[in-house]
Amino acid sequence: MLKSRLFTGLLVVLLVSTFSMLVMAEKNLTIQGSSTVLPIAQRAAEAYMEKNPDVNISVRGGGSGNGVAALIDGATDIANTSRFLKNKEVSAAVANGIYPVPHRVAMDGIAVVINSSNPVEDLSLEKIKAIYTGQITNWKELGGKDQEIVVVSRDSSSGTFEVFEELVLDGDKVVASALLQASNGAVAGVVSEARGAIGYLGLGYLSPSLKAVKVNGVTPTNATVASGQFPIARPLFMFTNGWPKGLTADFINFILSVEGQKLAEEQGYVPLF
Amino acid sequence: MIDWKKKEKIVKTILFIFALSSIIFLTGIVIVLFNEGFPIFSKVGLFQFVFGQDWYPTHEPPDFGILPLLLASILVTVGAMVIAVPIGISSAIFISYILPQKIKDIVKPMIEMLAGVPSVIYGLFGMRILGPFLQDLFDLPTGLTALTAAIMLGIMALPTVVSLAEDAISAVPKKFRDASLALGGTRWETISKVILPTATSGMVTAVILGIGRAIGETMTVLMVAGGAAVIPRSILRPLRPMTANIAAEMGEAPVGSDHYHALFGIAIILFVITLFFNIMADLASNRFKKKVSGK
Repeated sequence: MLKSRLFTGLLVVLLVSTFSMLVMAEKNLTIQGSSTVLPIAQRAAEAYMEKNPDVNISVRGGGSGNGVAALIDGATDIANTSRFLKNKEVSAAVANGIYPVPHRVAMDGIAVVINSSNPVEDLSLEKIKAIYTGQITNWKELGGKDQEIVVVSRDSSSGTFEVFEELVLDGDKVVASALLQASNGAVAGVVSEARGAIGYLGLGYLSPSLKAVKVNGVTPTNATVASGQFPIARPLFMFTNGWPKGLTADFINFILSVEGQKLAEEQGYVPLF
Repeated sequence: MIDWKKKEKIVKTILFIFALSSIIFLTGIVIVLFNEGFPIFSKVGLFQFVFGQDWYPTHEPPDFGILPLLLASILVTVGAMVIAVPIGISSAIFISYILPQKIKDIVKPMIEMLAGVPSVIYGLFGMRILGPFLQDLFDLPTGLTALTAAIMLGIMALPTVVSLAEDAISAVPKKFRDASLALGGTRWETISKVILPTATSGMVTAVILGIGRAIGETMTVLMVAGGAAVIPRSILRPLRPMTANIAAEMGEAPVGSDHYHALFGIAIILFVITLFFNIMADLASNRFKKKVSGK
């Protein structure tokens, strides 16, 4: 009786100690933020962990705003964002003793997509703005069929929406009757289903079931986004607290390496070089 | 050896703690909800918040008016009840009075299983099958409309309505039925003049809980209602119920911002509405219990 108890006790001690040693031996890195940067961070983290088995990287989405909030709270090592910091966020960070440093990790183009049955090929930025603010409501005004335009937009706190609002809407409001969808995938789903729909999404989400229109005569491709010709493009960032050191620096260098950029391209983004 | 009295006491304490925990959780939720949501009421005013017609939470300057969202929730819930109540009540009557006991024992659990289907599956069905079908049927610009959401919510509320209404009908004492039949009433007369009037308040409970299920449902309406924050003008137009709005925007709303507080503000309104319906359901079920016990 006593013997077996002793044995169990010993076993528990052994298990706990090996487990804690395992945990201590690992180097941890946490990454949080934009769902647009998520696929790059996820893929890069997998490749990095394969090479460095003692490193444990946890990658979470949640949106640019949440990533920055976590960085400000000191809850994450790297914040992924699909936009630059807002003034409010910078002052909140500084007040908390955090100095966010941006690292551009890739480029992302926002393509404007329509249903594949729609004959329209080319839209100017002004026309897209007129559609999204509700001034143009029928495709026949744009040389298409006599069909009501179904405006599809992203939830107003997403990074994609913020960039679209800044680059296309120029501070005007999206028409209230726009369909709000909570992800790039949901936008793709609605636009491929509704014949009169128009939506916008990251270049990585383009698929044969959607038709990407030319904007100001420029087709959205990796080359036109990287060269700056395509008008609705944005850089993607990873923010760190101060200049990165140790593991954080090593990981960011990995993403900026030829191999890392190749991974980003494989995920449907536009590499920096 | 512990004597049985002590044992009893220990068991009693443990059960008491467990019973208390749900009250603690509820209180905690209410406190958090009001704590996080109240700042928006003091900022824009409760009246402006509930009856404001524009929802532009991230625009500069922002608009926090939830009337379009509130009306959308009400519209899809009413629509769902128009579908679920007649089908649900008649199914309940059919199951409890017309089906033989053996088949009833199979059918009722099957209907209750409908309640166990995850809401995202209803959402997928509505999005990929019902939506495109309605789009073609009515030649709509998009199939994601109030009607699509109402039909899906109606189907989802059905098991609640059927199951509780059937319970209510079964709870009518057998002697009521026997008396009616003995007096020469036909089966239909017995159902329509004796059973249903007795079971009314029980069925009201069923309907109210069905309403609660429909108004609080989130994933399905997020997927099938379309998401347009406009005051609904037609059931064939997209709209955005309150729950869908919270789910879509909470993920990326910065903690502590006005937008964040506004989403909690919507949650408070939603909570108050469901609380009201739950209290109503409780009152109705108490009345029903009194009625069937014959007091």
